[in-house]
Amino acid sequence: MAGKKLGFYVFFIPVFLWLFLLIVVPHIELFLMSLRTEDWVGNTSWSLANYKNFFSEPIYWLTFVRTAIYSILVTCITAIIAFPVAFFITKVANPRFSGFLAVLLLMPFWVSELVRVYGWMILLRESGVINHFLLQLGLISKSVEMLYNDISMVMVLVYTSMLFMVVPLLSVLESLDDSLIEAAYDLGASSWTILTKIILPHSKPGLTSGAIVVFMLTLGNYLTPNLIGGKSSLWFTEQIYTQFIASFNWNQGAAFGFLLLALSSLIIWIGLKLTRQNLTKVVQ
Amino acid sequence: MVVDLKVEKVSKVFGTFKAVDEVSFEVVSGNFFSILGPSGCGKTTLLRMIAGFLEPTEGQIYIRQKLVNGIPPNQRPVNLVFQNLALFPMMNVFENIAFGLKRRKVEKKVIEAKVKDILARVGLSGFEKKKINELSGGQKQRVAIARALVLEPSVLLLDEPLGALDLKLREQMKVELKKLQAEVGTTFVYITHDQSEALVMSDFVAVMNKGRFEQIDTPQNLYRSPKTAFVAKFVGDNNALEGEMLKKEGEMVLVSAYGHEFWVRAGSYRLGKKISVFIRPESFLLEPEENLSKVNRLKVKIKDILFDGANSKLLCLLPAGPEIMVALPQNKKFAHLKPGDDLNIGWFYEDSLAFS
Amino acid sequence: MKKVLVGVISILFLSVSLGWAQSTLKLLTWKGYAPKELVEKFEKQTGIKVEVTYSNNEEMIAKLRATRGGGFDLIQPSQDRIASVQAKYHIYQPLDYSKIKTENIIPSMLEAVKKNTLVQGKSYAVPFCWGTSGLIVNKKFAPEASDYTDLLNPKYKGRISYRLKRPTLIGLAFALGYNPFELYSNPQEYAKMMEKIGEKLIASKSLVKNYWTNGDALLELLRSKEVFVAMGWDGGGWKLHKENPDIDFVAPKSGALGWIDTFALPAKAKNVDAAYKWINFMLEPENAAYFTNKEGYFTASKGVEKFLLPEIKDNLTRSFSSADIDNIKWYPPVPAQIEAIEAKILDKVKAAR
Repeated sequence: MAGKKLGFYVFFIPVFLWLFLLIVVPHIELFLMSLRTEDWVGNTSWSLANYKNFFSEPIYWLTFVRTAIYSILVTCITAIIAFPVAFFITKVANPRFSGFLAVLLLMPFWVSELVRVYGWMILLRESGVINHFLLQLGLISKSVEMLYNDISMVMVLVYTSMLFMVVPLLSVLESLDDSLIEAAYDLGASSWTILTKIILPHSKPGLTSGAIVVFMLTLGNYLTPNLIGGKSSLWFTEQIYTQFIASFNWNQGAAFGFLLLALSSLIIWIGLKLTRQNLTKVVQ
Repeated sequence: MVVDLKVEKVSKVFGTFKAVDEVSFEVVSGNFFSILGPSGCGKTTLLRMIAGFLEPTEGQIYIRQKLVNGIPPNQRPVNLVFQNLALFPMMNVFENIAFGLKRRKVEKKVIEAKVKDILARVGLSGFEKKKINELSGGQKQRVAIARALVLEPSVLLLDEPLGALDLKLREQMKVELKKLQAEVGTTFVYITHDQSEALVMSDFVAVMNKGRFEQIDTPQNLYRSPKTAFVAKFVGDNNALEGEMLKKEGEMVLVSAYGHEFWVRAGSYRLGKKISVFIRPESFLLEPEENLSKVNRLKVKIKDILFDGANSKLLCLLPAGPEIMVALPQNKKFAHLKPGDDLNIGWFYEDSLAFS
Repeated sequence: MKKVLVGVISILFLSVSLGWAQSTLKLLTWKGYAPKELVEKFEKQTGIKVEVTYSNNEEMIAKLRATRGGGFDLIQPSQDRIASVQAKYHIYQPLDYSKIKTENIIPSMLEAVKKNTLVQGKSYAVPFCWGTSGLIVNKKFAPEASDYTDLLNPKYKGRISYRLKRPTLIGLAFALGYNPFELYSNPQEYAKMMEKIGEKLIASKSLVKNYWTNGDALLELLRSKEVFVAMGWDGGGWKLHKENPDIDFVAPKSGALGWIDTFALPAKAKNVDAAYKWINFMLEPENAAYFTNKEGYFTASKGVEKFLLPEIKDNLTRSFSSADIDNIKWYPPVPAQIEAIEAKILDKVKAAR
């Protein structure tokens, strides 16, 4: 009995240490840091000024709102594109072929995000590959700048997020019995009804977990908005970076970090409430 | 006599494989029609063509005299009860049954009345709010049938719906299903590989093999007068003896097998020299009386007794021949038999059939 | 038994960590500041392995701040970013100039750096290389671009790029008639000036193609002729000049911004000896010249002329007249709060529509 307990502790301690030292402690430290402010001379004191700054300075909360809205947009677009893809792979494509398709989806992730983003830049830039072909084909007479705008930024963000939406959808659609679709069809349902009454309700958990992952990843992305987004694409992570690195204001940066955590959790919570789900169900 | 379903020379080819080969039949309104065959015989393909999930390569399907080729399943007046039932897990019992009615834009009040009525018919009154995963196997079965029946289809198709149930429940559901069909009067087309289901419930049974119908008949006729060796083997139990035809007199044939000679009935008109003789275990007489005429007689040795209640059998050895299964009535008359005993058995000429 | 085991393990650890300390130099520097060939030469000469991490001023400071001056043996921040950071965060240790072959260093530069990095009577850096920020111009398309104000010139609409960082603000401040370095000591005035410059940048934001974020991206923009007028470093401009003679570095009329990158020792440097060895190695004329020939930046090393390629010497005379050289605005040490003011302005510019 004692041996059993010991065994449990031996296995539990690394997990506990990992959770505590690498997740809990840094967060506590960051949180304490966010509650301190520094005056011109460098003396620190306790205050909520860092949090107040966020709400009183429009540039900060506007950046957050912008980041959140774009992240929601990216999540929606990703879901709309990923759904037919996942449906095709699981239900339409030949099973032998579908493995290959899944690997194709995975392929962009064999290189780092930076390389992927640079790849897009080479394609889209004014002197880039797409422009070159369009010029050669005579479809345009003058090069067009396709980089440095919100549309291409959203496009690359969607591209980067696709996999994280497709994978949960694959597994949830895999578990959808084909005969349910056939039964609905047999009972007189149109394709649209089958989609809305059978397939979507069944896919809800996968859709939700994919959406949460994509939303968080997009919200926390730094590279893509920075490199593709162009001159006006301020992203909230960039604000945090600026506070930590350029302004040397770690206290403000820590407060922003916590606000990002809290506000994104709030958005997810509202999303779950609106779709009448709960997190434990989704995580399962 | 209204014909609800007419299938005319229907074939289905997948690549080079002919799953269904020129099948034709008719089902009269109100009949319980079964298609019986081993797995892979093409019965599911045939059913899916009738439901509209597959298009025939050749041939026509008529439902109530209307050609339905090319009409998608959601517009055909037939409904299918799936092998795995395919109840919608995200809906409760009421929503499942109301699903088809809602698609037809039936008034809400009417839907509620109809669902209530059909639930009463299948013995599930008050189950409206139950979730699907709260139901037992038999209850799910009934919901699935109710869901299809509530639409009042011209023909109800059932794809081995009892397959997933345990034996006891299956026996019970067989009877219930037959009763329900008689009550509602809907035409049922039922496919199964279980001959007992087909024989118990059906008005007519079609035996299917390798994409073709071997015989369409009443259960009694299938049992008593199989038209092909396949039907003889597949419907009910049978002993097969290989032999040679010596001569033919009218319907009767003299056969020589393993050093014995028997008179048997000819199963088909044209017979070759080499033939198989089929005798059902339950056709054997144990220790037949000497004065009976038109009886073939054999002396065998009991190898084993296979006790299975009412289905108990004797496994006997014919000298220089195959093993023979003989039904053993459980009426104490033959309780003294034990392995190793010699036994006289016999059967009436007409209870055996010969096929090439 | 247990004690023996513990002993063996601790000896193992000790020897490993000692061996590590003796044989490895952890260098945190800018891209290009440790050319592969020189690293190999150094490793051969001394037997010390060099581990290089690339970064920039802000990240160097942040990294050392996070570790309280540990993790690296030698770093190369710009001279103007040392004093205030040291006063506040104590991430450096004073240099022992007796261990440095000062005879290899241009005296005036060494003195300037010593003076600018003086904190409580001790100096913290030696100069390594210097360069300027100014304009990189494609003369075929923008022959008249000559000052920072051309970054706001509607003539070059869509063909302008600069970095949304402090050099741009300071360059523009000079071009608009301010003296930002004098205002360093007066944060209120400095903030007002920066507001004005921010407004200017926002007003002409539509002219900018993109704010570049790293040197390679800038060079690519100019190389592909997507951009004609950019703010950038002289070395980068000269690199492009070699590929395409139309493109060159131009010293702006209001003065190129002169920077000096240095060597400094982190407070918790483990392998100080190796650090001094690397400093002396890099400032040897032959090695310094190799660096200059490759990267285009001039070093603080004395007597490199005979090793320099003629085209490299030519770069300087082509881009800088003697008046231009005199007009170079050398960065004085930055007080800490100045950067927070600038960061806010930069955020505003970036967020503006």
